[in-house]
Amino acid sequence: MAEPYKIVIGLEVHVQLLTKTKLFCGCRNQFGLPPNTATCPVCLGLPGSLPVMNRTAFQLALRAALALNCQMASFTKWDRKQYYYPDLPKNYQISQYDLPFSAEGWLEINIHPDPKKGHTPKRVGIIRAHLEEDAGKLLHDESGRGGDSRVDLNRTGTPLLEIVSKPEMNSAEEAVAYLEEIRLLMRELGVSDCEMQEGSLRCDANVNLHIPRSDEPHGYAATPLVEIKNLNSFRSVGRAIRYEAERQFSAFQNDPQNYRIGRLLKTTAGWDDARGRTEVQRHKEEAADYRYFPDPDLVPVTVSPEQIDAVRREMGELPSQQRVRLQTQYGLSPYDANVLTAKGRPMVAYFEAVATILNDGKQASHRISDLVFPALSERNEEMESFPIRATEFAGFIQATATLSKQDRVDLFTHMLEQGVNVAAAMEATGLKPATFDEATLRAAVIAAIGNNPKAVADYQSGKTAAANRIKGEVLKANKGAPNDLVQRLLEEELAKQ
Amino acid sequence: MTITDRTASELLALQAAGDVSARAITDAFLAVIREREPTVQAFVQVDEAAARQQAEAVDAKRRAGAPLGPLAGVPVAVKDVLCTRGVRTTCSSRMLADYVPPYDAHVIERLRAADAVLIGKTNLDEFAMGSSTENSAFQVTRNPWDSTRIPGGSSGGSAAAVAAREAPLSLGTDTGGSIRQPASHCGIVGVKPTYGRVSRYGLVAFANSLDQIGPFARTVTDAARLLAVIAGHDARDSTSVDQSVPAYTQSLDQPLQNLRIGIPQEFLKTGLDAEVEAAVRAALREYQAQGATLVDVTLPHAAHHAIAVYYIVATAEASSNLARYDGMHFGHRTADKGDLIATMSRSRTEGFGPEVQRRIMLGTYALSSGYYDAYYLQAMKVRRLIAEEFATAFTQCDIIASPTSPTAAFPIGEKTADPLTMYLSDIYTISANLAGIPGVSLPCGFTSNGLPIGLQLLAPPFAEERLFRSARMYEAATDWHTRRPPL
Amino acid sequence: MSLSPEQVRKVAALARLELSPDQLTVMAGQLNRILDFVDQLQQVDTTGVEPMAHPIPVENVFREDAPRESLPTGEALANAPNRGGNFFAVPAVFSDE
Repeated sequence: MAEPYKIVIGLEVHVQLLTKTKLFCGCRNQFGLPPNTATCPVCLGLPGSLPVMNRTAFQLALRAALALNCQMASFTKWDRKQYYYPDLPKNYQISQYDLPFSAEGWLEINIHPDPKKGHTPKRVGIIRAHLEEDAGKLLHDESGRGGDSRVDLNRTGTPLLEIVSKPEMNSAEEAVAYLEEIRLLMRELGVSDCEMQEGSLRCDANVNLHIPRSDEPHGYAATPLVEIKNLNSFRSVGRAIRYEAERQFSAFQNDPQNYRIGRLLKTTAGWDDARGRTEVQRHKEEAADYRYFPDPDLVPVTVSPEQIDAVRREMGELPSQQRVRLQTQYGLSPYDANVLTAKGRPMVAYFEAVATILNDGKQASHRISDLVFPALSERNEEMESFPIRATEFAGFIQATATLSKQDRVDLFTHMLEQGVNVAAAMEATGLKPATFDEATLRAAVIAAIGNNPKAVADYQSGKTAAANRIKGEVLKANKGAPNDLVQRLLEEELAKQ
Repeated sequence: MTITDRTASELLALQAAGDVSARAITDAFLAVIREREPTVQAFVQVDEAAARQQAEAVDAKRRAGAPLGPLAGVPVAVKDVLCTRGVRTTCSSRMLADYVPPYDAHVIERLRAADAVLIGKTNLDEFAMGSSTENSAFQVTRNPWDSTRIPGGSSGGSAAAVAAREAPLSLGTDTGGSIRQPASHCGIVGVKPTYGRVSRYGLVAFANSLDQIGPFARTVTDAARLLAVIAGHDARDSTSVDQSVPAYTQSLDQPLQNLRIGIPQEFLKTGLDAEVEAAVRAALREYQAQGATLVDVTLPHAAHHAIAVYYIVATAEASSNLARYDGMHFGHRTADKGDLIATMSRSRTEGFGPEVQRRIMLGTYALSSGYYDAYYLQAMKVRRLIAEEFATAFTQCDIIASPTSPTAAFPIGEKTADPLTMYLSDIYTISANLAGIPGVSLPCGFTSNGLPIGLQLLAPPFAEERLFRSARMYEAATDWHTRRPPL
Repeated sequence: MSLSPEQVRKVAALARLELSPDQLTVMAGQLNRILDFVDQLQQVDTTGVEPMAHPIPVENVFREDAPRESLPTGEALANAPNRGGNFFAVPAVFSDE
């Protein structure tokens, strides 16, 4: 271990579900609408209004929890979590308390997605996943004069899945890998688009340190828990955790007796991305008293094993299954399988089509990463709209098999920029494989046979592999000549000897 | 007989015969309202022009030969906890004094679809919390039989309006007896339906797992008519039960043969007024005369613990429901300038009356960390024992009979100083809400000083038809319901 | 169980009610009388009894994920005690509250 401590990280992730409507009413669940245009008596919390559960939201939540390998409850209910905040007009949030619909799962992450470092899959435990409603948005007066805050309730009541991990991640990289895996999983399943900038993926990190000390009962001292909020990007998650670990370590060194879990209460800190540091927001002096109780306006939901099986069938292949399949079916390395999977289902489908035509998974994977990945990022384009479809790409690979890597890249770039096919691009650029007529090649073969009497003799005495020496000489002198043609001509001429 | 002495059924028949228009009916009731409101003070709001307009629309429909709803041209008063689109809905609270809902409650939609005339919004104990209507922020409604006495509560305005002939029908809500007890005190019929029978959508919640909307009328038939209009499944209320609604009025006059009436022994012991007891016993003899048998049943948990369970469950739910009134998005906001928390707290303190604050405090405490198990959880468990006790009793009898209230209407101001004494007067009504079962109160006599006495009948879930038929058996043999208050 | 005025103050803070010291004392007295009464529930043997949250059991009530019309913004904000443009306006909320 590089650092003189072990970081312990647990993540609380919220993902917004991809439903058409809110969790308890028919208002649109859509980002970026003009303020207070997607509200109704239910999500405004108006007196007399009542919630009714969105079936799709529950189905998506089931799908997500199954993919997180959670245990599914056969009976679940909804509770009110009570606190006063102006973005929550009822002043209670409908959530799940003691009987969440799922618990005790795990997610496998790949800690070093780097071919040089190899692969160390790790399972991160999931404590629970539950469904709840989101709050609205508050806009603060930026003048600093303490003016009124403004409230937009469009987001109020939209469905959220809360996923709480066990404190089982031990580095910023692991935390980021976990988040990336959640995002991939939720996108692949159609559960959420997980756009961190738009808030459809949110993350709070609970961080503390275990500092080895031989005189401690457990062999280490633990620092107090800090919950980091306001993490708006994957990058800020990594930065905040690294910063916080160092901060806690120096706080511990300054006061090793008192900077301890149990001595100091859990604090909440906000990540200031511009200044690159965490800032303590509050000490949780008295644990908030949320006065949870079952929401009498909603009824319990029962889930049968048959329903769970049905959801599982609809779920399709999970990223973790896909990685294994790409390795076994196409002979890819774990690294290549991981990279393709991380690019999403449309990319994997593209790869599979190309690999099938070429009958060569490794070649397909390497050509796609050489050519398609950079083109997509250059063009800032999604796989779905990439103009060169899989069949054309496979044809391109076959047609350019004898070209150098640079020529291939230049041709591909030309095709994309000019929107032309491979034949037109070859014509325009002059980058094309040399052509060989049969008569010339036959002459070369005859010459080579003449130059290698020893090989001919070996061949005739039954050592057929000796023919390869002759073929090698022909191919060396005729770069790009088709192997199978040379082979046929050689066999014909040797037979005449 | 004047128009306002007619029942809803008679008003429907008179209109059908062309003897009277909806407009004339509405005008007649509006005239009574104008005359009696200074005394009764049942209404918090009457929009005469709007009522006339609705009546005229019904008349126009009739003239055009268009199909008419089952309550065409019949005025209905509604408790001011039921949301009415574009019309103030105050819950008799300062908190909502200016609140105008942008939508109609389910029952209001049903009334409109039935071509009823919404004649006004009636007074109540603030947010339906009380048994006397004295907790209204606006006015104290008087009992039409004695204006020095309370009309009962919390639906006191709706009960008094019907008793005073200010409306032939009205809607109330019943959380612990808030329909049955004022019906009893005002000498009319009041029905608390099975939980889930009537959609609560648009009913401003007091205690969601107990609240039900139900009818007031002067006769059993009228009450059945009104319930038939408002009952039935509504997809906007998750607790609304998807079960068909029988045609209550069709079977009403068929007496039930071999009716077994359960008499809870614990209900006829302490604290029961002698005149009330005598009236109820006489009513039971009338049933026996019609061939019914009386069966002793036992409801020990209901008798001894229902009030305690109720005041935990109802206040816990209320503390949560009423959290939304903080002056941020709707309702009263204090004029005092302060920070966020101060503004919320002061708005709530100014907006809520003392009884509402007391119940919010009790409910908040019952749900708070460290006390939840002892109070709320234990109350929910005892609630189940009470419900199971009723289920057992109904294996031995068809309906359960008792007084509705241990006494007749008490004088205004008598119990306001002591909340607990007021709570204890709900002893006979509360357990039906805990068990979710339907109940009716119907007139069964008068005290020596002329105050009405009510008989309560309870039935198993969704046995409203049985309740109506058994109530009608008694009503048909007596004339209590024909008496008029001395106004 | 008996509530001290200090406990009543804490409950009032949770409930966002502002009670004067005198009101706290009166409230403590009234609540304690009611609590003395409801304490009878502690005597009831509820071993093995499932808590009852709904009087009539109903399960699995769902709504299809189909959009319905929202309120016009003007109606959504019509009851707001204070507005700022098309927003509800509330006293300044600080992120550490």
